[in-house]
Amino acid sequence: MQRFIILRLLQGLLAVFAISLIVFSLSRVAGDPLAAILDDESGKEQIELLRAQWGLDEPLHVQYFTYMRRLLTGDLGTSFKWDRPVAELILERLPATLQLSAFALLVTGVIAFPVGVISAVKKDSWFDTGGKMFAILGQSAPTFAVGLILMWIFAVQLGWLPTSGKGGVKHMLMPGFALGYYNVAAIMRLTRSSMLDVLDTEYVKLARIKGIPEWRIVWKHCFRNALIGPLTYFSLIFAIVITGSVVIETVFAWPGLGLMVIEAINSKDHITVQAVVMLFALLYVAVNIVTDITYAYVDPRIRYG
Amino acid sequence: MTAVQTATDTILEVNDLKTYIFTRAAVVKAVDGISFNLRKGETLGIVGESGCGKTMTALSLLRLVPKPAGRIVEGEIVLNGDDILQKSEDEMRDVRGRRISMILQDPQTSLNPVFTIGNQLREALGIAHKENKSSMLSRAVDALRKVNVAAPERRLDDYPHQMSGGMKQRVVGAIAMSCEPGVIIADEPTTALDVTIQLQYLRLLKEIQAETGLAIIFITHDFGVVARMCDRVAVMYAGRIIEQGDVRDIFSRPAHPYTQALINSVPKLEQSVDRLYSIDGQPPLLSNLPEGCRFAPRCPYVADKCYETYPTTYHLAEGHHADCWALDADWDGTPIEEFIPPTGSAG
Amino acid sequence: MAVQTTAPGGPVGETVAAPAGRETAIGKAWREFRRFPVIPTFILIVLLFVPAVFADLLSPHDHLLGDLERELEPPAWVSDREREQLIVQRARDNNTEVSLNNARRNMDSGAATLVDTNGNGQPDIGETMVRIELGGSWEYPFGTDKQGRDLLSRLMHGARISLAVSCLAIMLGGFLGTTLGMVAAFRGGLVDAILMRIVDIKLAFPSILLALTLVVAIGSGFSTVVIVIALLLWARYARVVRGEALTIKERDFIDRARVAGASNLRIMARHIFPNVFNTVIVLATLEVGHVIILEATLSFLGAGIPRPQPAWGLMAADGREVITSSWWIFLFPCLAIVMTVLSMNLLGDWLRDRLDPKLRNV
Repeated sequence: MQRFIILRLLQGLLAVFAISLIVFSLSRVAGDPLAAILDDESGKEQIELLRAQWGLDEPLHVQYFTYMRRLLTGDLGTSFKWDRPVAELILERLPATLQLSAFALLVTGVIAFPVGVISAVKKDSWFDTGGKMFAILGQSAPTFAVGLILMWIFAVQLGWLPTSGKGGVKHMLMPGFALGYYNVAAIMRLTRSSMLDVLDTEYVKLARIKGIPEWRIVWKHCFRNALIGPLTYFSLIFAIVITGSVVIETVFAWPGLGLMVIEAINSKDHITVQAVVMLFALLYVAVNIVTDITYAYVDPRIRYG
Repeated sequence: MTAVQTATDTILEVNDLKTYIFTRAAVVKAVDGISFNLRKGETLGIVGESGCGKTMTALSLLRLVPKPAGRIVEGEIVLNGDDILQKSEDEMRDVRGRRISMILQDPQTSLNPVFTIGNQLREALGIAHKENKSSMLSRAVDALRKVNVAAPERRLDDYPHQMSGGMKQRVVGAIAMSCEPGVIIADEPTTALDVTIQLQYLRLLKEIQAETGLAIIFITHDFGVVARMCDRVAVMYAGRIIEQGDVRDIFSRPAHPYTQALINSVPKLEQSVDRLYSIDGQPPLLSNLPEGCRFAPRCPYVADKCYETYPTTYHLAEGHHADCWALDADWDGTPIEEFIPPTGSAG
Repeated sequence: MAVQTTAPGGPVGETVAAPAGRETAIGKAWREFRRFPVIPTFILIVLLFVPAVFADLLSPHDHLLGDLERELEPPAWVSDREREQLIVQRARDNNTEVSLNNARRNMDSGAATLVDTNGNGQPDIGETMVRIELGGSWEYPFGTDKQGRDLLSRLMHGARISLAVSCLAIMLGGFLGTTLGMVAAFRGGLVDAILMRIVDIKLAFPSILLALTLVVAIGSGFSTVVIVIALLLWARYARVVRGEALTIKERDFIDRARVAGASNLRIMARHIFPNVFNTVIVLATLEVGHVIILEATLSFLGAGIPRPQPAWGLMAADGREVITSSWWIFLFPCLAIVMTVLSMNLLGDWLRDRLDPKLRNV
């Protein structure tokens, strides 16, 4: 197990390195990062000054190392738009995003797994058909459309929930559900199909022969095995939540990192955008590693393999 | 074997059992009216080619026919005097594991890969006896010891993938027998094992039977195993039992042409290869059964009558009967040849 | 995920294999036809293809220039009464001088009258009843947006954008991926290893983030969107095509071609490509829905098609601002997207099952 974890950590490190290269080179594809913030009236001297100040006159690889060194020391640069250290901004906004993402994942888990399992157990029933339709719809609707439609129904028409902003649980319901919907659909389908496979196995037959109550067969013997399939997709699910949070925070004016990144994009604040993307990428890699380790825990065959 | 066999010794009685599977295209008559009974401590072999309804018979006895397509449409399964087909699903759970149990074909897939052996054993025990943890543990150890697992205490924490195939099959046996059922169905329990381990396993089953007086239904396609294991044999063909009787009678005087062919197809070391027998043709599809005798298209003695109506059952000896028109006194077709048992047969 | 089913030797396994009796050719064709997704195809034609191709002919108004006098008009089927409520609600929501002025202008143009309800001679917007003399009009069947632009015309031109972006991006990404996949399969060794590593990293990375970074880097616009989406798509083609090409490479006819002196390029173009074509087409169909969502999302976030172009995502973003008063502006583009993507997915599934069932696991 220890070797397994170390191996995964090393792979993660490699991925982070690759991503940092990509983000760095993209920032240079844009040409001169200064062009975005300087207007035509800026004097030549001023440009030269900033250039030297940011190390833009150095060769590219030196720039990359400087960039990485600063990243590692937690210096993410200063935002043009907010005129504050990006690290500070991120720390300020991160909790909101984490809160929303966690809630969305909770919604996903609470809905998707039970519905997937019941759909499989009651295959071809009205419940199963309904679930299937719910899932197909979820995989065809862009996150922002789900958010807007929810907002219109529950906030505008019925007036049950607030339209936007951050506050209590009420504020989180719609963004959380909209953010989770795509994943609910995906995990439901995965859980259902892997559950169907498991229900057909010999060990389930043996459990029935033992005289174990059906609910226990489903939730003890099948569920954990059926979990292995969807679990491998957890990092994908997380990626979808990250992507979705950018969209949903924009829809519901949720003051998190996603909203910040969009505001930064609209004001061409490269430094902030890169820092946030880098952070999301790091988070993503970390989640990947955690997923693999959990996976190994749930399936002993991998742990000892 | 018990000395006196009276009606009260009968532990399981199956009457005219029919289990059909309803697919969109057709009705598959997997079990189509079979009857047999089983006494305490006895081993009944059910023999037939794959796809003749053996496994479905076994699942019917536990009422575990795959739902919703499969259904027991008719018949009686009388276990210890009460018909289990009349029981509710809740009552059935008290029957399964405790009064009738089953060992599945493939040990590789019969154990849940994500739980330890101990967990799966205790679960079976826990349903029957609500006890404290330590006594349950010792019961689990006992169950493993019974099936000759070495160092059972240490094995409890192992996962299935850490065990060999033979070991897994013994654990499956331990789980099936942990609640001391009166009847156990062994569905080709050795096909997935190596030959040497097969023999070990069969010997183990016999030993346990001698100790506990367990009745075993042994499902196999291999007449060699039948000779070694069983007291009585029922030969299944296309959803029906076409012949059943004492194992000695069946081996020395098989009446049905199909039984003869089956016995002849068992390879014997002493036999030269050119005498190895095989049956031409394929068994009929269970979804599309012929009107008359189901073996007719493959039978060497077939007459017109065989295609018209299903043969009646002819009693040949105490407990030995067969379904074949050629056994009729009025049979005017080719008479069935005198059966010459292959040399070295177990009869 | 590979679906593994254990087939026991008993009759359980056999029931599945039991043939469904003999079937006539007509019966088979009928069964195929019945499974063809008729309604989704119809929706696609009506919602996507026809408007995309004939937007200029069909659209009743200009999609970029609006009539400011007719801003935020509801769809035609909204009756007088409903519209009355809508305007009151709008006035209450905004409660600004602008709304009052708008209401006055409507009144001047004969569209509405302000009624003094509290009798002080001065209609106060908070308590003012706005009476509409005209309902939603068929002049603007789906209503108008904030700039008084016809929503129907914009939706039609939006279909054109969606279709154009998807087609171009998929063609570009598909071409890139197919070429790289074939090269990887053909060269093998280091080239293959490096390309496949890149594919892994690419497939693993949250795509919108990458797109956003790219958009910031190259600036938004139609061609940027196409390039960005193409860059998001190629990896999947590369992986699938490589796998296919590897098996085809081993077949006899490739050796024969080689013996006949064909160059690598020729073998790829003439022998391998036709054999992976089916797969590429199915993959492309399956991607259309995904690409429409991507484009809409990018546009919604302001990183896609720039204003004033009527991209569906952009229209939905505009609608969000007035969601409390003018539901039609966000709802129609959203519905257009959902229905198009849903239909496309159903059609793609059908096509995949027909042409290339093994892609089910991709």
